Amino acid sequence: MAKFMRSAALSFCAVLGCLSALTVHAEKNLAGVWSGTYAEDWPDRFPGPELGDYAGLPLNDADRLRAQSWSASLIALPEYQCRVHPADYANSFADIRIWEERDPITEVLIALHLQHFAWQTRRTIWMDGRAHPPEYALHTSMGFSTGNWDGHVLTVHTTHLKEGWLRRNGVARSDQATVTEHFIRHDDILSWTVVVNDPTYLEEPFIRNRDYRYNIDGQIANYPCVSVIEMVREPGYIPHHLPGDNKDLMFFARNHQVPVAAAMGGAATMYPEYMQVLKTLPKPEAGN
Amino acid sequence: MNTKLLQQLCLGMCVLASSVINAQQQDFDAVTIEALQVRDNIYMLVGSGGNITVQVGEDGVLMVDTQYAPLSEKIIAKIRELSDGPLRYIINTHHHGDHTGGNANLRATGSTVVGGNVGGDITDAGAGAQIIAHENAMLHMVAPPEGQEAASSDALPTLTYFNEKRDMWFNGEGIRVIHEPNAHTDGDSIVYFRQSDVIATGDVYVTGLYPFIDIASGGSIQGVIAAANNIIDLIIPVYGQDGGTLVIPGHGRLSDMGDVINWREMLTIIRDRVQDMIDRGLTLEEVQAARPTRDYDPRWGADTGFWTTTAFVAAVYQNLSTPQEGSL
Repeated sequence: MAKFMRSAALSFCAVLGCLSALTVHAEKNLAGVWSGTYAEDWPDRFPGPELGDYAGLPLNDADRLRAQSWSASLIALPEYQCRVHPADYANSFADIRIWEERDPITEVLIALHLQHFAWQTRRTIWMDGRAHPPEYALHTSMGFSTGNWDGHVLTVHTTHLKEGWLRRNGVARSDQATVTEHFIRHDDILSWTVVVNDPTYLEEPFIRNRDYRYNIDGQIANYPCVSVIEMVREPGYIPHHLPGDNKDLMFFARNHQVPVAAAMGGAATMYPEYMQVLKTLPKPEAGN
Repeated sequence: MNTKLLQQLCLGMCVLASSVINAQQQDFDAVTIEALQVRDNIYMLVGSGGNITVQVGEDGVLMVDTQYAPLSEKIIAKIRELSDGPLRYIINTHHHGDHTGGNANLRATGSTVVGGNVGGDITDAGAGAQIIAHENAMLHMVAPPEGQEAASSDALPTLTYFNEKRDMWFNGEGIRVIHEPNAHTDGDSIVYFRQSDVIATGDVYVTGLYPFIDIASGGSIQGVIAAANNIIDLIIPVYGQDGGTLVIPGHGRLSDMGDVINWREMLTIIRDRVQDMIDRGLTLEEVQAARPTRDYDPRWGADTGFWTTTAFVAAVYQNLSTPQEGSL
């Protein structure tokens, strides 16, 4: 009997030990379908940003000129029509599905896979400690991501991104950028924070947060996209505005009576204290 | 052509000449040749100088460009890790030494398939791999523009073409060598592996700097843009601008459609800006003071080194203000 008691006690301790280990790791299960709550930045997300609105973006002078030169007609070109939102921007749209890839024998987590409804893009977040590829490897819209758990926070580091955008009104994000993301699950709410570091086009890191709600009935549909020729153009024609020639640039500032200096963005426009500066700046004349 | 422009273009040529000297002074011992698998039988070799494309298979080995001569042993060793088949073909995308410097060494390790009317020992005729290039590339290797080095006779192409393309079949797929006129030089070729769906572009497309427009060798901004459009025409992505046809640039990282489209967009916009300034009567000094590339400079520009932003703008200005005969 004493032997049995000792064995039972050991087994109980082993179970406690396992539970304790699980608690220490505190990895959350992120698998499932998650629906965007759209509680933040609504005008920027579904209606889409207005022309000449770079407020709140820490873009530098070079990126500002790129944005000012951008013409919305660009996305009418066939080769641009199905261009997908890059990994660091795609979380602004629609639902996502996350699923795990585990070693079938050890159950060790190899990767997390994430699919966006928008453009049906899929990301892989490698959790097995592998190294990032050399710089001369292919850059893609989704980049190359590795992740690790820091307590209950999944932190993801992404490199090898193709050139993308910070806002879809011409504000570019370069292919030199790297991205750090934090996924935090609070019961049925998933907070997803994206930190973009772009030495080419940003004065400071750009931070964007999106919230999702677990959707027990959720399904992710497919997202076919087929390019068409919408108008006849000269071969090789690229729509753009010459410097100083963009008549749409004041659209946002005038419509909302926002000082032009604020509409043109920059790191200072991200911070609350900029509200004081804003009061000192002249407002543009109304009208288009 | 004004004096300032001449000075800047001469400076560009001096820079090119000094780059040759720099190449001679490089510590090639420190260079490692890395191989990146692009498709099942296509690899991109990265070392110092232009990227090398290697295709391997039952017929042997075909390579596009050869980097610098002092790296040849390392390059051969890397190729031998990929295939023990004979080196049959070298294709040169253009004549510059960072792409052709290893021609002689590498050719000597290979052999050509020969037959027919050969006097004497037929095996002699097969000595050395075939080197294929556009005729203008060979002419520049024989009689290079001032500041560039002539190639030795054993480094010269053994098979040239002078029309728009040359087709061949090797390792189970069709390979199309396509001339891109007056682009980086007037002797550029891109190499399209049709079944593998890979394009090796040479320096008509690079990922790190503004394009080096070698005006003395017949290069032009219009030709570089035309080449980008031609490459885009060949590319079929999987979805959007991602995947599908892969592009090995002359220098820099492996690419696909999105990268080439961004490159084409950047060059077209800069071309249009400089053309607008020329149309408004601005001098080169005024164009440079206006910095028509300033939004792209953090990514593509350089203040020092082989090819500066100043030299690039001067080359674009010269191209657009004095169109070449038969220009695009």
